[in-house]
Amino acid sequence: MLAYLIRRFSQAIFVMAVMATIVFFGLYAVGNPVDLLINPEADLAEQEATMRRLGLDRPVHVQFGYFLNGLMQGDLGTSFVHNRPALELILSRLPATLELAFLGILIAVGLGVPLGMIAGLRPEAPYSKLIMAGSVVGFSTPNFWQGLMLIMFFAVFLGWLPAGGRGDTIDVLGIPVSFLTWDGLSHLILPAVNVAIFKMSLVIRLTRAGTSEVALQDYVKYARARGLSPRRVIGVHILKNILIPVVTVLGLETGNVIAFAVVTETVFAWPGIGKLLIDSIGLLDRPVVVAYLMLTVFLFVMINLIVDIGYSLLDPRVRIKGDKA
Amino acid sequence: MKKMTIAAVALSLGAVTQPVYAQSLTAAFASEPSSIDPLYHNLGPNNATRKHMFEALVGEDENLGIVPMLAENWSISADGLTWTFKLRQGVKFHDGSDFSSRDFLYTACRIPNVPNSPSSMAGFIKSAQTIEAPDAATVTVTTAAPYPLLLTDFASFGVVSASANGHEGPVTYSKGGCEGIASYPDSNAYNDGSAAVGTGPYKFVEFVPGEKIVMARNDAYWGDAPHWEQITIRPITNEGARVAALLAGDVDVIEKPPVQDLERLRADPKVNVVQGASSRVIYLHFDHQGEPSPMIEGTDGKNPFKDVRVRKAVSLAIDRGLIVDRIMGGLAVPARQLVPDFMVGTDPAIALEEPNLSEAKRLLSEAGYPNGFKLTIGTPNDRYINDSKIAQAVAQMLTRAGIQTDVDAVTASVFFNRRNNYEFSLYLAGWGASGAGMASPLRALVASQNKEKGLGGTNRGRYSNPELDAVIGEALATVEPAKHKALLAQASKIVVEDVGILPLHFEVTPWALRAGLTMEPRADQHTVLTTVRPED
Repeated sequence: MLAYLIRRFSQAIFVMAVMATIVFFGLYAVGNPVDLLINPEADLAEQEATMRRLGLDRPVHVQFGYFLNGLMQGDLGTSFVHNRPALELILSRLPATLELAFLGILIAVGLGVPLGMIAGLRPEAPYSKLIMAGSVVGFSTPNFWQGLMLIMFFAVFLGWLPAGGRGDTIDVLGIPVSFLTWDGLSHLILPAVNVAIFKMSLVIRLTRAGTSEVALQDYVKYARARGLSPRRVIGVHILKNILIPVVTVLGLETGNVIAFAVVTETVFAWPGIGKLLIDSIGLLDRPVVVAYLMLTVFLFVMINLIVDIGYSLLDPRVRIKGDKA
Repeated sequence: MKKMTIAAVALSLGAVTQPVYAQSLTAAFASEPSSIDPLYHNLGPNNATRKHMFEALVGEDENLGIVPMLAENWSISADGLTWTFKLRQGVKFHDGSDFSSRDFLYTACRIPNVPNSPSSMAGFIKSAQTIEAPDAATVTVTTAAPYPLLLTDFASFGVVSASANGHEGPVTYSKGGCEGIASYPDSNAYNDGSAAVGTGPYKFVEFVPGEKIVMARNDAYWGDAPHWEQITIRPITNEGARVAALLAGDVDVIEKPPVQDLERLRADPKVNVVQGASSRVIYLHFDHQGEPSPMIEGTDGKNPFKDVRVRKAVSLAIDRGLIVDRIMGGLAVPARQLVPDFMVGTDPAIALEEPNLSEAKRLLSEAGYPNGFKLTIGTPNDRYINDSKIAQAVAQMLTRAGIQTDVDAVTASVFFNRRNNYEFSLYLAGWGASGAGMASPLRALVASQNKEKGLGGTNRGRYSNPELDAVIGEALATVEPAKHKALLAQASKIVVEDVGILPLHFEVTPWALRAGLTMEPRADQHTVLTTVRPED
């Protein structure tokens, strides 16, 4: 187990290093952030002074050297725009995104698995067909459009929920969270639903496919013949056996929501890290973008690790081995 | 602050009531200020935000005319080198301390010492040789040569409190660096509110990056009492989301409503659209230097834009009125000079250019291009209102005149980098003139590039005209207003006649408000919420 973990971590570090290098040089090639940050009225001398101040006047390999040097000391650089350490900036926005991602996933699983099982157990029933048709709409319409429709219906037309932004927050262990106040929760619902729709459709389809396959297996028939209650048959014997693909996909999707909830965060003006990434790319704020993507790689590796461990809990045949990872 | 409360159970159909606090106002900005520190980042959203909390020595009204602010009046010595500002009496900072000349000196000292400033205010105090405070109510400034734009420069940065920045005792300004000030706080001291102490109509309450800036009314304000008890600025970068937030009642004012939605918003009884002329000119700049020029083909390596007849032909081929009508939907005013007539320094005798296709073709033949040539226009596609559409219209008009024109539209970050590396032969960009009027685009866009004199900073067409440079130089050294104005008009005329640059139109800036509210549009396109009022 320990060897396995060490191997996974060294893989992560390698991927992070490659990613950082590519992004660093890629953004350098796109352009000079000073062209965007500086007031157009600034004269040539001031333009050069600003480049010097931000260290952008040096050749790219020297800049990269400084970056590596900082990295060795755990310093991912300082944002050109905000004059704050890039990592600190990202971490300050992380709670908003995590909150959104987890509520979204919760909705997706909480509704998706039961609906998928209903559709799988009674494939011919009209309500099952309705569920499946709904899931097709859910993952074939663009996320962006869904978000705007949610806003138009629930915020503009009905006026029940706010159109965007984050509501009142309260600090829990120093971390601002919004789901503990009504105001915060009302701001959280629409974006979370927006995040959830696509995942939920995916979960419905995976669950249904699994259910209709597993329901015909001999052990399920045997369980029924033994006289176990339908509830126990469905809730334990079937459910446990269809969860492996669902957990795999959800693991990856959770990473996706945390790292790239860009669309939802933009449409709902949600102050999370996805919005920070987009704004930073637009302004070529290199330290933030590099730090962000390195963090993302780390996050994905960690999620995959958790998923692998989850497998072994769900399916005793899967064992984590130290010798091959 | 908007409060949403859910009555009854969470997701039941319980109605959500939205109490209207008559005295609070929420506005959605299209881009977020990078800091609360008024001296950190000299850029639109920051400068608009600071106007609520920090005041400059002199102010600019809606049309960017100079008005008294922290200085009640001022005078200039006969030789034009010494300015004396008499400060307004009884002005208090938000923390209750008195504003005095010491604070202005401290502000000037801090400007070059803001750590990691991505766009410094240093240019605004560059011309001042000495800044002194003979007494608490007087500031005197001397310049090395007569400098007419000093007031505009001093209107451009907010004055901070020396004490709130941790400096007690007197301040002595010196150009190389002030002595006796132990250290300057960095902008984070403003973002957390500890140093965010100004004299403006609103006081800092809270800044949550990416989310909101909250300010409360300054009841001790020296000027007209502000209308709203509390104002909140929310950054909503996506234009669709901004409109939705307005329609849903989350916000009361939005800036930059999408142009394609304006008709619908105007027709909506819940919305009031306000618009006003801006000082932002959209222009085409020629490559005056490259030979061959990077994006021109079919001229055997020659750069046709070095010939004034070709430049004139381009100007005649473009129907500015059509662009304003069809592309801009009326949200623009056709232009021929670099600033609109309500600003200082235009030549009223210059009429708009009438399109004339046959004359354009004749000039092209005369210049030796009877069959035209191939050209690609560079333009950003996300920076100015309808920027890439304007470039496409221009391309079609030029193609009709015989110059086969393509458009290379890219995102702003790529565009400005390529432009500053002189990769375009003809590019579209915009210039929002400061209160300096004609002097602002003249010295940045068309004066020959000159690092020592600080000229031609955005002259990426590398236009260079010694006759024009002489007039601009004289205008920038003439303090007497009438003479200064006449020289600017003269320079403007030279640029127009030589077609050194090609203004297309001035943007008109729209704002959308909740019905029942109105505001004063500003020519600098800044959203300043103190002017938002209930309609009578």
